Amino acid sequence: MTVTITEAGNTNKLELTTSPHLHNQWTTKKVMWMVVAALAPSLLAAVLFFGIYQLLIITTAVVFAVGTEYAIQTVRKQKLSVVDGSAALTGLLLALTLPPNFSLSSTAIGSIVAIGLGKQIFGGLGYNIFNPALVGRAFLQAAFPVAITTWSTNKFAVDSVTSATPLAAFKFDRITAGLSEMFLGSTGGSLGETSALAILIGGIFLIAVGIVNWRIPFSMIIGMIVFGAIFNFIDPVKYPAPLFHLFAGGFLFAAFFMATDWVTSPVTNKGMWIFGFGISFVLIVIRLFGGLPEGVMYSILFMNAFVPIINRVTIPKIFGSVKGAAA
Amino acid sequence: MVKQVPLSKEFLKGLWEQNPIFKQVLGMCPTLAVTVSAINGIAMALATTFVLVTASLLISTIRKLIPNQVRIAAYIVIIATFVTIVDLVMKAKFPELSKALGPFIPLIVVNCIILGRQEAFASKNTPFRALLDALGMGAGFFIALVSLGGIREIIGSRTFLGIQILPDAFEPWLIMILPAGAFLTLGLMLGFANMYTDRKKRIEKESLIEQYKRVSKVEISMAQEGI
Repeated sequence: MTVTITEAGNTNKLELTTSPHLHNQWTTKKVMWMVVAALAPSLLAAVLFFGIYQLLIITTAVVFAVGTEYAIQTVRKQKLSVVDGSAALTGLLLALTLPPNFSLSSTAIGSIVAIGLGKQIFGGLGYNIFNPALVGRAFLQAAFPVAITTWSTNKFAVDSVTSATPLAAFKFDRITAGLSEMFLGSTGGSLGETSALAILIGGIFLIAVGIVNWRIPFSMIIGMIVFGAIFNFIDPVKYPAPLFHLFAGGFLFAAFFMATDWVTSPVTNKGMWIFGFGISFVLIVIRLFGGLPEGVMYSILFMNAFVPIINRVTIPKIFGSVKGAAA
Repeated sequence: MVKQVPLSKEFLKGLWEQNPIFKQVLGMCPTLAVTVSAINGIAMALATTFVLVTASLLISTIRKLIPNQVRIAAYIVIIATFVTIVDLVMKAKFPELSKALGPFIPLIVVNCIILGRQEAFASKNTPFRALLDALGMGAGFFIALVSLGGIREIIGSRTFLGIQILPDAFEPWLIMILPAGAFLTLGLMLGFANMYTDRKKRIEKESLIEQYKRVSKVEISMAQEGI
């Protein structure tokens, strides 16, 4: 996102951008389409498990996200950034966090809020504090709490009577879903979150090409296993096993696609570890002691708020500075 | 001290130019808390306006009798008296509204708008001007609360003043009647108010520059013709 100085009259002479100013082969456009490609397995899984209607939800979300960005930038007479795909990606991510067969009009509202209140109100790409897709999702959760927790049955579900998500089933009925089902994705849940396999394919691809820093997903997973194991050790009946935590709900999807958003995650290596562990900790508290079965959305939004302060306290020491004297 | 401000201005400034909510951003607590519906907004605004008007009138009447060192305490005692009147009248005559507004009626005592107007205006002006000022501020507060409550009620529960105006097909956005909805709506309203003010200022500035350019051109041409 560039800011052009126009006040003084010298248009386009000076470009101001946010730090860091490193330049490499990645343009915003390229990165965004790479992430879209990495989401393809999850998209396929969503259509496979929940039916062709899900494509309509995804299309609606993307169209309204792009449309909102276009409308706001046109009204505010800004340079159009629609082609860089960031708005389309936000729409896509939002759609994948929605329950199957969600109403299309509500999806559109979610997209408009995600781009309008989540991103453009802060000044557009690069300026938002909170992950836009999750802002949209959180708005929908608060606006339509019943619709967003109505889960359609997975076509491949072993036990088609219950359509609850593994987390809800555990929280309210103490039923633990099978690990292999959760890994392949034949359970109830949001569009993109059920199949751990599809998420891992996309996530490892993103790490391999260097778009996603491995530290954030890795620290989240380690944190989840550690915190999950501690509680499981205290009381195995009341608290589920760490692997269940890992594959249930939107944890993996969030670890690879939501928490790793460049804009809303820390820039320092140490900061990424703190960020990842923080998300896991807040998440386990919400899952085990909160009123809702799943809280990965809130835990990421919560940690997003700490990103500026994490960045500030984890500034790496400048090479050559004297120990103790640097401050 | 001679005042040049016309009397009409004392009233009108509260409506928009110095609107307590949109411009001074005072009294946010009742604004955010009670505006789940338009009727709550109306009741809150009327109660606050009554206290504001009576307190302003009384305080500006006795402004020379209040020692400067204890003026805040004196204001609070006077305001609290009127708030007690409002609270008891509402409990007796409108028990349902009183219940809906809950502790926010007694809390009018510490409403910044009221204390702010006493400190900034009533203690320095004649009773008549203080009355106009209080009425204007009350009206501004009323406009803000009713519009905020109206928007939240229409989207959050499909009704306006209890009458359904949106079709059943519209699914109400529960978030609008939750606290988050208050912050979102008020934030957007403040944003649009600022946008409008900025645009107005810019247009004024541009027209002034235009005018100046035209005048200077005319002057130059006159000077050339004159010589």
